[in-house]
Amino acid sequence: MTIEKQSESALGFRLDPGSGVPTYLQLVQQVEQALRLGYLSHGDQLPTVKDVVETLAINPNTVLKAYRELEHRGLAVGRPGQGTFIEGTLRHVGIVEQNALRKALADWLHTADAAGLDVDGIEALFTSELRDFQENRDLGRRSTSGARTSGRRPKQSGAVA
Amino acid sequence: MNVLESHGLGKRYRRAWALRDCNLAVPAGHVVALVGPNGAGKTTLLHLAVGLTRASAGDICVLDGLAPGSTAALDAIGFVAQDAPLYKNLPVADMLHLARNLNPGWDDQRASGRVADLGLPPRKKVGALSGGQQAQLALTIALAKRPRVLILDEPLARLDPLARHEFMSSLMGAVAEDGLSVLFSSHVVSELERVADYLIVLNSGQLQVSGEVDDLLATHKMLIGPREQATEATAAFSPVRINQAGAQAQVLCRPADRPVPAGFSVHAVSLEEVVLAYLREPSAAALPGPAMVLR
Repeated sequence: MTIEKQSESALGFRLDPGSGVPTYLQLVQQVEQALRLGYLSHGDQLPTVKDVVETLAINPNTVLKAYRELEHRGLAVGRPGQGTFIEGTLRHVGIVEQNALRKALADWLHTADAAGLDVDGIEALFTSELRDFQENRDLGRRSTSGARTSGRRPKQSGAVA
Repeated sequence: MNVLESHGLGKRYRRAWALRDCNLAVPAGHVVALVGPNGAGKTTLLHLAVGLTRASAGDICVLDGLAPGSTAALDAIGFVAQDAPLYKNLPVADMLHLARNLNPGWDDQRASGRVADLGLPPRKKVGALSGGQQAQLALTIALAKRPRVLILDEPLARLDPLARHEFMSSLMGAVAEDGLSVLFSSHVVSELERVADYLIVLNSGQLQVSGEVDDLLATHKMLIGPREQATEATAAFSPVRINQAGAQAQVLCRPADRPVPAGFSVHAVSLEEVVLAYLREPSAAALPGPAMVLR
């Protein structure tokens, strides 16, 4: 077995073509995931556009779009001539809130079970609802994002919108 | 700036029109995929763009007003015809030597650097290289003339999956580095989504789709609902194709901002779904309005 070292950067991207999630969004989600899990932290450099493009064989505009989105979400900042660097951190949900959410979800699962849904049915329902929720939320964001300038922090732009 | 622009472009071989009434305005900075079944006119369009053949009707220009085949156009365009045309009996080093002497703006450092990166043995005959290596060598030669536009006819056709991935990696790396525009024809619809950000669909010599991939994916939706109401309910949504299965109908259409009819659900579509739907419905079209085609 050979171990290929992709680059000196702190993160290696991969793609799931069957997921139905747009490529740029997969990149964004992987950065967010790495932030949540602590693989990336403030000041880390993201792989250069050329690195990502050559590893994944994807269009450079897709990577640029992903990095712009990360800047828009206040998670990264582009420094001309140097690259894109991790800037923010993701908000963690506290243990108390997480437990409350977990309990509410468990209650809902009991209700669904009592109504006669099996596990696959529950999963299908949840996934479809989650997707609708995400799409609506993204749509809402996009419709207000027209007034924003890219690269601003969400907090500041929230005040504008 | 437009890398490719055509008005009423047509090409006739004896009696048959290979391409007809083709109006294009492809902006620079894109990776453009040209798709269509065999005999759709893809190669004809590419040959018209590089000046290998003359239009029978209408006009075509490249890079904002350059005539295809003119010296200025030839210097700015890199073209790789189908099946990586190289001199098979020459060793790799001689092939590069020949290309260097035939191309005025040749960047030798880049060519030799890429050949070394690819691990192509300089003394080996071109014909003895694998299909993937030959494709990479042809790409290297096309890139070494530092073109502003790269035109590739079916670059992936004879490559295995690994070679395809490596070829696309090289190509996309060059796009990232040089910011050049790329126009390539392909049969491999499933792999377009990750590389192409502009799509042209040709079918039986007619232009069917021309537009940015993001726009196409944003405007096209799959509406799923009861079969009896499908045709009527989606009539105003520019339906491309209606698939009926049992009591359900799936309608690929462009609903724009209109409200979804009751009983129907909306789903996002993949580029592959859009391409296949158009290829199956030769009469449907998604083209920009006349305003966008104007000079």
